[in-house]
Amino acid sequence: MASKPQNKFQQDEKRRDADHVSFLKHKNWRWLKIALVLCIVTGVGYALIDQEPRPNGGSWYGYTLGTIGVVLIIWLSLLGVRKRNISTGHWSLKAWTSAHVWLGLSLIVIGTLHTGFQIGWNVHTLAYVLMLLVIITGIYGVWAYATLPAELSSNRKELTRGEMIDALTAIDRQLDSAAQPLDRAQSDLVIAALDQDVFYGGAFGRLTGSYPGCATAKALKSMPAGGDEAEERVVTLLTRRSEQLAQIRRHLRIRALLEVWLFIHIPATIALIAALLAHVVSVFYYW
Amino acid sequence: MVIEGVNLSKGGDRLSDLYKVAIVGSGPAGLSAAAHAAALGMSHVLLEKTDHLSDTIYKYQKGKHVMATPSNLVLRSDFDFDAGKRETILGTWDEQAAAQNVNVMMNAEVAKVEGDKGDFAITLKNGETVRAETIVLSIGTQGNPNMLRCPGADDPMIQYQLDDPGEYFDEHITVVGSGDAGIENALGLAADDAQRNVVTILNRRDSFARAKAANVTLLEEAEQEGRISVRRETSPAEVKNGELVLETRDGQETIPCNRIIARTGSQPPRGFVEAMGIEFTSEERSAFPKLTPAFETTKPGIHVIGALAGYPLIKHCMNQGYDVIEFLNGNEELKPADEPILAEKFGVLPGNHDVEYWLGVFGGNVSILEELSTLQLRELMLDSAVHAYEAGDVIFTRNAPGSSMFAIAEGSVAVEVNPDDPSITVPIEQGSIFGEVGLISGRRRGATIRAAEPVVAIELSRTAALKLIATSPGAARAVNRISVERQLLQMFGSGLTEEDVAPLVESSEVMDIRAGQVIIEEGADDKDIFIIRRGSMIVEKAIGGRPVFLSYLPAGSYVGEMAVIDGSARTATVKAAIKSEVIRLPGEGFMELMERNPRVREQALSDMANRREINAFIESRKDDFDGAVDMYSETASFLVDQGLGEATDVLLIDEKLCIGCDNCESACADAHEGLSRLDREAGKTYAHLHVPTSCRHCEHPHCMADCPPNAIKRGPDGEVFIDETCIGCGNCQRNCPYGVIRMDPKPPKKPSLFQWLLFGSGPGPGEASAKWRKTNGDPEQPKQAIKCDMCAGIKGGPACVRACPTGAAIRVSPDKFLTFTKITEDVE
Repeated sequence: MASKPQNKFQQDEKRRDADHVSFLKHKNWRWLKIALVLCIVTGVGYALIDQEPRPNGGSWYGYTLGTIGVVLIIWLSLLGVRKRNISTGHWSLKAWTSAHVWLGLSLIVIGTLHTGFQIGWNVHTLAYVLMLLVIITGIYGVWAYATLPAELSSNRKELTRGEMIDALTAIDRQLDSAAQPLDRAQSDLVIAALDQDVFYGGAFGRLTGSYPGCATAKALKSMPAGGDEAEERVVTLLTRRSEQLAQIRRHLRIRALLEVWLFIHIPATIALIAALLAHVVSVFYYW
Repeated sequence: MVIEGVNLSKGGDRLSDLYKVAIVGSGPAGLSAAAHAAALGMSHVLLEKTDHLSDTIYKYQKGKHVMATPSNLVLRSDFDFDAGKRETILGTWDEQAAAQNVNVMMNAEVAKVEGDKGDFAITLKNGETVRAETIVLSIGTQGNPNMLRCPGADDPMIQYQLDDPGEYFDEHITVVGSGDAGIENALGLAADDAQRNVVTILNRRDSFARAKAANVTLLEEAEQEGRISVRRETSPAEVKNGELVLETRDGQETIPCNRIIARTGSQPPRGFVEAMGIEFTSEERSAFPKLTPAFETTKPGIHVIGALAGYPLIKHCMNQGYDVIEFLNGNEELKPADEPILAEKFGVLPGNHDVEYWLGVFGGNVSILEELSTLQLRELMLDSAVHAYEAGDVIFTRNAPGSSMFAIAEGSVAVEVNPDDPSITVPIEQGSIFGEVGLISGRRRGATIRAAEPVVAIELSRTAALKLIATSPGAARAVNRISVERQLLQMFGSGLTEEDVAPLVESSEVMDIRAGQVIIEEGADDKDIFIIRRGSMIVEKAIGGRPVFLSYLPAGSYVGEMAVIDGSARTATVKAAIKSEVIRLPGEGFMELMERNPRVREQALSDMANRREINAFIESRKDDFDGAVDMYSETASFLVDQGLGEATDVLLIDEKLCIGCDNCESACADAHEGLSRLDREAGKTYAHLHVPTSCRHCEHPHCMADCPPNAIKRGPDGEVFIDETCIGCGNCQRNCPYGVIRMDPKPPKKPSLFQWLLFGSGPGPGEASAKWRKTNGDPEQPKQAIKCDMCAGIKGGPACVRACPTGAAIRVSPDKFLTFTKITEDVE
């Protein structure tokens, strides 16, 4: 048994005793504080420094703000790489997310001050608008991350995605044999329900949770109430099927709401970086 | 087993022959023995109860990769053996058995053995008798399947194994047995309607409590669909031709039956072995027969080798087969095949002595090894390490993880009893042991230990130490007494000496406590004190008629002092969170100790005050914030139910923060050769706190219990890990109650992240799909067990936690997390 330095144990103990808080509150709001300081300092600078002839991205102060902004934007966009590159070292993706959110928000102030409130139909304003688009979708993302997970968890009821599908398959198997004694028309309803893709409905259905063409709901509606024993059994199974489908659909809906903003956030970021490049090159070209 | 005649052996007139040796069981050990007997021209017979050689390996699934560990052990056998497919290995042995004129008698199940050395009479199940001067038993530990206990139990329509459920058609098949094996067989037989089998499963009880929940669900579903007839509270009463009489709750009933699959467990071979007059080392279930260095049992003339002797690995078995025949042939000089391994091990010790010398020193100097035979000592040393230390060397440090136990063969050591002042030490003398608290509690080292002079020490691995305690009653008593004494000394600091605690040690009692068993009942007026030496306890108090969780007590803590100090009735209930061991100390003895030692009194009073404070805090909260206390109490109980009581480091997911991105799983896979060792979604949840399927790094890992190559170890940071000697047997996977071990071949290497980002090559971050792994992987790669190793050796620590974007994933230890503040923390 080799002797082990105490500090590894202490490190582990610290981790085991770690804060159990969200990315927003990480290290007692560290990144919110840093972002606020950044905003206040740049804001006060904007107000106090006499920029000639007027506040503008082209003054020395404007260049300073622009540089801070571009560095932040590039660094913030690297979160996507950090997330996927599981390298060794004492980094925490939670800290990165925390910094990403709060520093990203501070760009509203820094970017706006950089424009000197000069807006026009040009590539410079395009970059600014794209930045705001990225930030606004990001704000939605923060809201989603802060509120939806609890709903996702309650809906799951300890089932995994695979188990939800398995449960549905099990109901379907029973439904298939239970429907054998039914007449042609009723059998067709059950067959239609069984044949329909579980994931039918497309993006709209997924986001809104509205599935007007749901064959299970239709079959359930068309089955007579108080039928014979076989019919009653089919109705029970169809009810179970629609409940199971509803759980799967709620799961898909919350997952979709958690992810949908990324479909704007990420492409807009790419566009922003391209626009930013055009903005920077053109500014220096026409210096 | 059905016996249909006996193959004529090549030994000529069998019945009157007196063989030199009869070898029972044709597994690797028996085969190798028979092969060597054949090579030496010794008259021999190999008795095999089935109609093929090596039944245990024969029963492995088709194409299973069989491993050849330990790799540093040379193979000493007339038969070849190397890692490879089951079919190749069995094929080689069949060929070599024929080519080397091994005298095999198939379908020869031994019923009883009579006689003595020089002339044993072995009666077979079919009534024949084989005579031999000596017997080598190599029957393994699989045992015989339990027969049905009803008339007709020998009917040929009963079978004890089901190889291929697809080969039976149009039959009435009854499965007897309510375990997983029975349920899986029944499901398999009823899986395909086209086979038109009528499948019935019988269960003596009214529920399938012994089986996995998933299997029970499938069975119930099959029952609902009418594919399987499930008969509860029903047992077989009589097997007739084409019929089975059932004993049901409502009387007897007869059903048509063409085939019975009996899956009612198996009988370990111990009874059969003991009936021959062979003694075992102890009453423990895990005990082995007592053996001499030449594998001879307490019944002269009968030798035991292989798994039954405690060596489950194929190579060991084959070597012993060779050795035992050498011994029987009069070669007393033969060194065991492990000699070079031991020589290498002992090479680090001073003085250039040989193996024999050191074995003598160890056996002679160390008190707990006194009772061991040379063979047992050798075996123990194979699982152990030896160390030489200079005076002043640190042997282990306080808080280092470690479940090994040390024995001092030469020299003495000093224990730093006060963490703040290393100069205060207590000596431990030559021949004694240390580190036993870590072994028993499964927790970290309690003190730093240095060599006081040059020291030669044996470090017994956890497995080796537990085996020693199980096989040597003297060692067990010694370890027990020392551990109680040390635990007392450690708990009450440096002021005490062995003499101070001696009366208390004498009056102490070690008790096994079941999970959930109460050791202290609220309101009772007993006065005992309990030290938890293994497992953990929870403290509960009835508030407003309901039990409220107050606190969690890990191993190493004590409880019950309040009633002794202030003479009051018990103020709370203490019960075991998991299977535990406590040391019970009589209250009066503890009182006396306190009276004589004011420091002990001081410490006990301060511990008591702390505890009172916590209890009072929670009780006061109960009045103000009913919800928070209920939440805390129920969440804590839930976590204990999920195995936190025996965990050292467990992954929890706060589902108020988890966005379901599965980045934890991806990170896990990417940190470890491409396979994730955690399943985020699976597992239980309470109040949004989710315990995913992931290793808890138990104090006493269930997975370690039965690992043939001892490949599961506790690492330097407390992690339980599986090393590369894993033979892929799957025992650990079956033994883990939390389902955290998976069996998979090592996947191929993926293209890098940037190749994926830029060119889309490879499957991307995270675990690749099974399909990708299969198409790109090496088909010869054997399945091995994989589990969480807490990212040992990876700078930055566990990847699952580092890679969580929202802070949902945390890894905690129960003693840090099961507190009011942590559990009721507002995460947002």
